[in-house]
Amino acid sequence: MAERRATRNDVDREGRRAELFSFGLRTIVPFMGVIAALLISAVVLVILKADPIAAYGAMFRGAFGSINGLSQSLVKATPLLLVGLGVCIAFRASVINVGGEGQIIMGSLAGTWLALSFPSVPRALLVPACMAMGFIAGAFWGFIPGLLKARFKVNEILSTIMMNSIALQFMNFLLQGPMMDPEGIAAGTFLAQSARLPQNSWLARLIPQTQLHSGAYVALAFAILVYVFLWRTTIGYQIRSVGLNPRASRYAGINVPFNQMLSLTIAGGLSGLAGVIEVLGVHRRILEGLTGGYGFTGIVAALLGSLHPLGLVPASVLFGGLLVGANTMQRAVQVPAALINAILGLIVLFVSGSALLIHQLIKRRKIKAVAQAAAEEAKA
Amino acid sequence: MSGIFSATVVAGILRTMLSLSTPFLFAALGETFSQLSGVVNLGVDGIMLLSGFFAFYVTLLTGSVWLGLLVAMIVGLLMGLMMSFVSVSLKAQQGISGIGLQMFGLGMSSLLFKVLVGTVKTVQGFQPIRIPLLADIPFIGPIFFENNALVYIAFALVPISWWILEKTSLGLKIKAVGQNPAAADSVGINVNRVRYFSVCLGAVLAGMAGATLSISIANLFQDNLTAGQGFIAVALVYFGGWTPVGVLGGALLFSLATSAQLWLQVLGVKVPASLAVMLPYILTIVVLTISVNRGKQPAALNKQFFRGEN
Repeated sequence: MAERRATRNDVDREGRRAELFSFGLRTIVPFMGVIAALLISAVVLVILKADPIAAYGAMFRGAFGSINGLSQSLVKATPLLLVGLGVCIAFRASVINVGGEGQIIMGSLAGTWLALSFPSVPRALLVPACMAMGFIAGAFWGFIPGLLKARFKVNEILSTIMMNSIALQFMNFLLQGPMMDPEGIAAGTFLAQSARLPQNSWLARLIPQTQLHSGAYVALAFAILVYVFLWRTTIGYQIRSVGLNPRASRYAGINVPFNQMLSLTIAGGLSGLAGVIEVLGVHRRILEGLTGGYGFTGIVAALLGSLHPLGLVPASVLFGGLLVGANTMQRAVQVPAALINAILGLIVLFVSGSALLIHQLIKRRKIKAVAQAAAEEAKA
Repeated sequence: MSGIFSATVVAGILRTMLSLSTPFLFAALGETFSQLSGVVNLGVDGIMLLSGFFAFYVTLLTGSVWLGLLVAMIVGLLMGLMMSFVSVSLKAQQGISGIGLQMFGLGMSSLLFKVLVGTVKTVQGFQPIRIPLLADIPFIGPIFFENNALVYIAFALVPISWWILEKTSLGLKIKAVGQNPAAADSVGINVNRVRYFSVCLGAVLAGMAGATLSISIANLFQDNLTAGQGFIAVALVYFGGWTPVGVLGGALLFSLATSAQLWLQVLGVKVPASLAVMLPYILTIVVLTISVNRGKQPAALNKQFFRGEN
């Protein structure tokens, strides 16, 4: 009896060890992708006659070296986290949401419209209503490619990218026409931006003299919500099973196209929420360049966070920091902040290329463990 | 209103259409090869941006458009190697690696432009070549036979691609690898090598598409010069049902829409500019939706090949 219990404990321990090994690999390998991308970019910097150590030093100091920098990094991490959560959900159903940019725009437009139309509604009602409105508008912008994917098998990467361009032109149209700031028209500046939102709709600033706003809490809350949704609800379970094995899911009676459409819709909603929070918390109006590339950077953050809601939290802080640091670097060593986009692209290439490596390492370890167990059994 | 439909205007629209269809043709023909071998390269837009920058920069430095084109093709080849290494050798998920390549091309071209050029500069691009006799045909001549070398090359590539795909063993290998890699492997075709070749060929053509934008159409470079044309080119492959002639039809349709819209603006017809610019993107979604050529889609499209596991 005693001996039997001991072997079962061994199996448990081995199982935990294997889990830890796979978790460690999934964390470390993407991180090494970031380092490899930074190294390659350092070579580019040397070719461009800039000092890579000074450049990266400035980047790090700008991002995390002061209260101001750190809070700015968190400001940028907020939309990245929300967009990334959407990318995670979609990815779990094996659809790729590249439509973050467009969904952010639609969400921020809808939220702005609501706040400007009902300026005297009390804050406790107006802020949640704006957020809900932004979520719905973004969800609609994700629903269209989702429906096309479910109904006509339209490649969602292409359709979401087209939806981005359409939303961008739609925003330009509104900001240069119906939604243009009346004050700008009166002053004759004709800036392509909306009127300033009523104070009732502003999100509270958390640290004086910085832009850090309470939207960061909302994003964090959604990270936990998405975790619960994916791992503790039936729909979440269905979405994950669609991603792991669509054929088996179909035999199990799970509606694969519906779940893919649903996950793209939720992803759109989360990006839309990111957009409206960006408006209510940071700019307090819509202006050109509002999206700041969050729709794409959010994908990179999601990949680096191992497509897990809780892994995404540190990943989005890291990338928020990189975005802030890139601007500091531009001022310090005169290297354009566009470098950061090239670095992000390389990270995506490396991380996507390392999936097979991780898979094989885990498999090899499993084979070794089985062989070892067999050998021990033979010995006994 | 009669002015809009006069012969000069129609000729102008058609001329602009031919010129604007050239980058679509290069990029979409290249992507056809890539997809027929089973690899969706979504990084076409990024390749077009980086090679477009290099074509512009080399032309600016040397004054030679041909040297610019050559460098653009080399840049395309290098990016094709990157894409095939990650997607074919390392078996990455193609959608993700393509987006990575696009982000890299977008960021790197913008970075290099800001560091090496800085301000808006124009170059002397490819000049029109008059084909004697044919160019003298009234109406048709000036439209079809007074274009620059890139336009002629792009249109010549349509029958050449068709011939390669339908009449040579190379074309057969490419399609076999895209339809059933395991079967192709079993008869001794090196699946990875054929995919590397197809992706790289596609990337070189994407490089030519980028050069067409920067040193034949715009004669300058700016941030995000392509404005998503690389993605539209990928969509054209679906629209064209993976055939060169279908791709030609799609390229002409898209450039006709763009050139008609440009001419309407030139003629002072009131359309809000940002709404008119939306048109090609909406058209792309419509085209993707209605082109239910799914039967013709390469069976192994977007699927990694694991030797001995299928």
